[in-house]
Amino acid sequence: MTSGSIRTDAPRTHRGRTAGIRRIVAASLALVLALGAGLAQADPHPWQLNMTRGSTTWSGEAYFLNNVALGVCVVIGVLVFGAMFIAMFRFRKSRGAVAEKWSHNTTVEIIWTAIPVIILVVLAWMSTGGLVSFANTTGAQMTVKVTGYQWKWRYDYVDYLGKPVSKVDYMSKLDALSDKTRQLDSGMDPYAVKTGDENTYLLNVDKPLVLPIHTKIRFVITSDDVIHSWWVPEFGWKMDAIPGIVNTAWTNISKPGTYRGQCAELCGQDHGFMPIVVKAVSPEDFAKWLAAQQQANAPAAPAPAASAAAPATAQVAPAGSGEHG
Amino acid sequence: MAHEAAHDHHDDHHHAPQGFFQRWVMSTNHKDIGTLYLIFSLTMFFIGGSFAMVIRAELFKPGLQLVQPYFFNEMTTMHALVMIFGAIMPSFVGLGNWMIPLMIGAPDMALPRMNNLSFWILPFAFALLLSTLFLPGGGPAGGWTMYPPLSLQSGSLAYAVFAIHLMGISSIMGAINIIATILNMRAPGMDLLKMPVFVWSWLITAFLLIAVMPVLAGAVTMLLTDKYFGTSFFNPHGGGDPVLYQHVFWFFGHPEVYIMILPAFGIISEIIPTFARKPIFGYRAMVYAIACIAFLSFIVWAHHMFAVGMPVGADIFFMYATMLIAVPTGVKVFNWVATMWGGSMTFETPMLFAIAFVILFTIGGFSGLMLALVPADFQYHDTYFVVAHFHYVLVTGAAFAIMAATYYWLPKWTGHMYSEFWGKVHFWCSVVFVNVLFFPQHFLGLAGMPRRIPDYNVAFADFNMISSIGGFLFGASQLIFLGVIVHCAFFSKKKATDRVWEGARGLEWTLPSPPPHHSFTVPPVVHDEELAHGHVSD
Ligand SMILES: [Cu+2]
Repeated sequence: MTSGSIRTDAPRTHRGRTAGIRRIVAASLALVLALGAGLAQADPHPWQLNMTRGSTTWSGEAYFLNNVALGVCVVIGVLVFGAMFIAMFRFRKSRGAVAEKWSHNTTVEIIWTAIPVIILVVLAWMSTGGLVSFANTTGAQMTVKVTGYQWKWRYDYVDYLGKPVSKVDYMSKLDALSDKTRQLDSGMDPYAVKTGDENTYLLNVDKPLVLPIHTKIRFVITSDDVIHSWWVPEFGWKMDAIPGIVNTAWTNISKPGTYRGQCAELCGQDHGFMPIVVKAVSPEDFAKWLAAQQQANAPAAPAPAASAAAPATAQVAPAGSGEHG
Repeated sequence: MAHEAAHDHHDDHHHAPQGFFQRWVMSTNHKDIGTLYLIFSLTMFFIGGSFAMVIRAELFKPGLQLVQPYFFNEMTTMHALVMIFGAIMPSFVGLGNWMIPLMIGAPDMALPRMNNLSFWILPFAFALLLSTLFLPGGGPAGGWTMYPPLSLQSGSLAYAVFAIHLMGISSIMGAINIIATILNMRAPGMDLLKMPVFVWSWLITAFLLIAVMPVLAGAVTMLLTDKYFGTSFFNPHGGGDPVLYQHVFWFFGHPEVYIMILPAFGIISEIIPTFARKPIFGYRAMVYAIACIAFLSFIVWAHHMFAVGMPVGADIFFMYATMLIAVPTGVKVFNWVATMWGGSMTFETPMLFAIAFVILFTIGGFSGLMLALVPADFQYHDTYFVVAHFHYVLVTGAAFAIMAATYYWLPKWTGHMYSEFWGKVHFWCSVVFVNVLFFPQHFLGLAGMPRRIPDYNVAFADFNMISSIGGFLFGASQLIFLGVIVHCAFFSKKKATDRVWEGARGLEWTLPSPPPHHSFTVPPVVHDEELAHGHVSD
């Protein structure tokens, strides 16, 4: 595992007074845990083994289900493969095993049909809860419209705390340094593309989406050309951006930070080069940022042509809104 | 039975025709056509594999070193199309062609001329498809799923669609032939519930093929008319719906997945009893499980589409239906283990591949179950976790079963034993490197690496490099496979016995190795004890 910076929200409370040995034990335990349960940390990091826990009120649902399902599979796998290996050891011709003649046993057949059914019912019940809560986009305090383009994203701030937001919209595309580095035979080193001490090669944009934390945010997601998919792993979901269709999703971010993702649906030659960056800030900072944006855009004479058709109210037309501009 | 075989052997007019052209191009003989199918699919396996090598080479480290992103997309698209329609499916048809008549005591396939036609369409279909790589605009690069509107941007769409139509016609004819053969040409006494599981699996698969290949043809034809004839099936500007394509495609696509695995189930159900020297456990349950999986395959298609924004009720239905598949699949795995339990096992190469199949296919099944859980799938969808999942199912599942079948029946086909040593070298290299290749891809997907990208953040570098190394070595290992086959067919001195394997049961083993050009011209007498795999006493 790499540096300690990735473990910021792990077992911090127990850290302070641990001795060196305990720290080593903890570190190796962390490595073991990472296999099964994973550490809660943002953004992909080298040797990451498991899904992120995420940083929103909902993202834990996906993470929890992933861990439970993985655990169930590991247990069943150990039992089934264990039985196979015992059979391979015990019933070898070279050990003098003589083949038995039976080919049927109703009791065990009923048992090994029934037990999986019970396990599946439990898993289905757990998944349904998470799915239903994800589908509930009501009660949002804010709406952002996301539009996919080949190969960039456009963000329109539609409303915030019940008030329509006008003329805050912009394109967000791969940052210039990543874009130069990623050219075939650029001779540039992907390891040198950094923001602070974090490598952000192909995971950085010129202008991130700024969002407030502790706010239920509704996304309306569509596309202007082909199908894309808007995915920030820390939010726990992805949603396809489809021309002619407006999809909805929601999030409620728990802590400030920079969350990185990528387009997840093949959308042409630069599909791998349309990242998503969300900068989550406190509601106060967000209000300030939003005011500054409105001021910068609104009084200035006519808005740029591309943003002229941006929806001005909270009422997003369900169809065709992906086709403007 | 042996005397009937001997009778065939001495009958002069049953020998193969002399001229090369007449024998191989004009052939209506199920054995020769089976051989053609198998050679064709092996060729496609190496062509599709070379595309995979390009993909893994570009992904070896971050940054673009070898190919442009568009060419990378052509490679992922062509790799899938060639492997699915060119390697896996024709090899199962080839195995069915060779073995079904021998296993049910039929003299040939029911419709021999159609058999010839259904094979000879394929080289033309793939020549057409592969030629697009050399066109000015390049080949199809929108993924093998060809989702519009992206696929409509491709200049070579018409070529790909026509190639798919041809493959579909070939598959449908092959399926009709197999159904007609199994239902009409069984030797007296070969009741349906005495047939080997492999024959059963192909019977059910053939019905799946007939049901869904026309659906694919319809979907791609609508793409064609949308692009060239001004229709708007999938074009939102004309009132169409891009998601409709995905529903139609996956209504074909999910049964297609089982078309590529059910015959594998059949093969494994032949091999494990042979080398465990014990009848298959729960024969009827095995047959019913295959039928059950085939039925369920028609009602789970939208689990490929959990991110398109379906109504929550639809998500729930498709999630539950998908999870149900785990039950019959689990029954099959348990039955294979129970077949081994109490047996007297030896571990020749076919058995090694069959055991690896059971373990690694099950791992692919586990990740499939995880993918069915919608909230978790919101994360997994379109990541390398999915890539790892379907390669466990298709490479260590379908392809390993085909390799197992090749080693199992090669002595019967050629009359010579393959080199057991090199077969085992091939097995151990394959089984180790395939895991080095695909297991780390689970981690990449969980960490957030999308599929179908030519370049990635440095956080994904380590596992990608490991995966690429595994990929190169797995690819190289398949040259051993080729070597073993060529050696066995042309150079092996070791004669195969009729039975070949001590525990082998079934009509095919009552014939000489190799069987005469025309076999079972007189229907064999079926003795129940000869049908250990398919025989049900209770
Ligand atoms: Cu995109």
